[in-house]
Amino acid sequence: MEKLSNKERMKIVRQAMPEQDSQVRRNNFQEVNLGFTEELARLEALRCIQCPKPTCVEGCPVGVKIKDFIGLVADGDYLGAAAKIKEDNMLPAVCGRVCPQEEQCEAKCVVGKKNGAVAIGRLERFVADFEREHVGIREPELKPKTGKKVAIVGSGPAGLSCAGDLIQMGHDVTVFEALHELGGVLIYGIPEFRLPKEIVKAEVESLKKLGVDFQTNAVIGMTDTVEELMKDGYDAVFIAVGAGLPYFLNIPGENLNGVYSANEFLTRVNLMKAYKFPNYDTPVFHCKDKNIAVFGGGNTAMDAVRTAKRLGAKNAYIIYRRSDLEMPARKEEIHHAKEEGIEFIYLSNPLEFVGDKNGWLKGVKVQKMELGEPDASGRRRPIPIAGSDYIIDIDMAVIAIGNGSNPIIQKTTPDLQYTKWGNIIVDEATMKTSKKGVFAGGDIVTGGATVILAMGAGRKAAAAINEYLLSSN
Amino acid sequence: MYKILFAEFIAPNVKKFRIEAPKIAKKRQAGQFVIIRIDENGERVPLTISDSNLEEGSITIIVQGVGKTTKQLNELETGDSILDVVGPLGKPSHIENFGVAVSIGGGVGTAIAYPTAVALKKAGNYTISIIGGRTKDFVILEDEMKNVCDEVFVTTDDGSYGYHGFVTQKLKELIDAKRRIDFVLAIGPIPMMKAVAEVTRKLKIKTVVSLNPIMVDGTGMCGGCRATVDNKTVFVCVDGPEFDAHKVDFDLLERRNRTYREDEAQALNLHVCHSDEAILNLTESETKSNK
Repeated sequence: MEKLSNKERMKIVRQAMPEQDSQVRRNNFQEVNLGFTEELARLEALRCIQCPKPTCVEGCPVGVKIKDFIGLVADGDYLGAAAKIKEDNMLPAVCGRVCPQEEQCEAKCVVGKKNGAVAIGRLERFVADFEREHVGIREPELKPKTGKKVAIVGSGPAGLSCAGDLIQMGHDVTVFEALHELGGVLIYGIPEFRLPKEIVKAEVESLKKLGVDFQTNAVIGMTDTVEELMKDGYDAVFIAVGAGLPYFLNIPGENLNGVYSANEFLTRVNLMKAYKFPNYDTPVFHCKDKNIAVFGGGNTAMDAVRTAKRLGAKNAYIIYRRSDLEMPARKEEIHHAKEEGIEFIYLSNPLEFVGDKNGWLKGVKVQKMELGEPDASGRRRPIPIAGSDYIIDIDMAVIAIGNGSNPIIQKTTPDLQYTKWGNIIVDEATMKTSKKGVFAGGDIVTGGATVILAMGAGRKAAAAINEYLLSSN
Repeated sequence: MYKILFAEFIAPNVKKFRIEAPKIAKKRQAGQFVIIRIDENGERVPLTISDSNLEEGSITIIVQGVGKTTKQLNELETGDSILDVVGPLGKPSHIENFGVAVSIGGGVGTAIAYPTAVALKKAGNYTISIIGGRTKDFVILEDEMKNVCDEVFVTTDDGSYGYHGFVTQKLKELIDAKRRIDFVLAIGPIPMMKAVAEVTRKLKIKTVVSLNPIMVDGTGMCGGCRATVDNKTVFVCVDGPEFDAHKVDFDLLERRNRTYREDEAQALNLHVCHSDEAILNLTESETKSNK
């Protein structure tokens, strides 16, 4: 590592992420962020002051050895850095792109207290991409086979991370996926321009090479029940089916043609490739030259509105009932959206969708809000302003206000404990459910959360499953 | 890949398939459906399981070629394969011994009514079925229905076979003749199901219909299949597909099913053109090889 004093390190500014020009990218589905060059990565890595007691790692839900891998980047040992990350995180190319680092590791970075935090996420992404592009993803060593079999239900971030750990521990692992493609929300939810599907496919391929068995078109609860999996010889089951039924606003006109849930809109475009219609058979609303609105303020809302813009929308709005300060989406996503010409309509609460005589959406009646006292979430509560209703002309609406739980597991696995919202109740340290040998994690436990939290749950479950399997000999 | 073990047209544009899917064959119950995707560029389409064969490990689906995907499906033959088949999905039909149960199938709807008629008979009901078609050629599964039901009435719109008229008229006749009816299942085009619901509503005969909205995932994740039943929004894929006919908003269902009408026409048009081109190419190459 270059001998630089901390003072010299602190003088280096945080390196910006090269990105596609906003006026170009709003018309294509290619990735927005282009990734660090080697030069930028080394320079950024030099900003890390290699704290004796690093606090960044405390902010990481899976405990990546951040200081060590950044040290290796600074030394130019990118493959060593990739191996170091993978001791704790099987999907670095994904996490480097979609983790909210600014709230996690980077929020705890000491350098960040004065200058910008070390760009940990960008470095993680650089390292993972470097490995994949130069030598291919390298597989870690596997422990000797234990003869135990684990079924994982769902191939999203929780399922994949759990599978990666368990296969390395020597267990046989089968992942069951309801859809025809592997990756869960990484495939159907997060758009290509934020997470190219090739990257998810490469990560899944590397798990296949390690020996993980994947079965698509398997809806657990319907094709097989959890009970049947146990009877079929699986010694443990990890339920990671993700989020379920999308929430709607429950306002009049919500079933008009042209009103979508974010799940449906994004699934049509991402998984089913409706943006390539008619080369692909699945259609989606023709956004070209139309006015579209997305309701909600999270990352999914940003994904949906930016997707609509790319499909040619004339005006693409985010309509949010609180102000910009309360918006839960990542700053970077909001910033990118604004650069791409998305209009943000704050403090506006939808009251009713209005249709034409054929039942097609034509507008939304909204009410202006003002902010009152903080509510239970700590955010200032929006209060309606009487007589402030007005109509915004829109041709398509996407509701992105979160998801409830999927009912299929609950209906077919009555002997688990559930919250009143249908989320599975687990021991937080071990992800154990009330049923012996059955573990659960990810959005089906927490409700809608982030990729990295789901991965953290997958890893916790893997450790607990390993312990359970070895002790039940 | 899911192999087609048997494929045969049973009516104009209506093809019966037995597809190898042993797990689904074992698990499926009356009223449930599968989602299929023919190939990499294909869309996901829900199709009700009409029957299963445990020895062969197959499920039977009966497909009417209407849009691009169903027409493309009906071009497949025995020995071909389908890329994705997932299921069984949806809630099974609610089956009990109602007493006298009438299963009504309009057109290809008979294929969906059939498994439920079988289950109703098994549960001890006196089972009547009314199956209709535009003309004689469009009446399907008459023999199968006769094998399970106590009485079978066939109707045709043009009178070319059986009773001259609609299935609803035949149902009305039974009612007017003071026949006891405790339960009605009606499956077919939306106007037909709506008409049956109107006939039985006044008499308060419990009536169930199977809805066919547009779906994507079929597991409750997307909400595209939402319908209004009893003034509440339901997700047909996980809450249905069968609902109380007297509470379904059929107009909404019909309207939402028209969402992609223009796209469907475009896709179908392209498909037909390609098929013609393929035939043309084939003829050309045959001509060449014959030379």
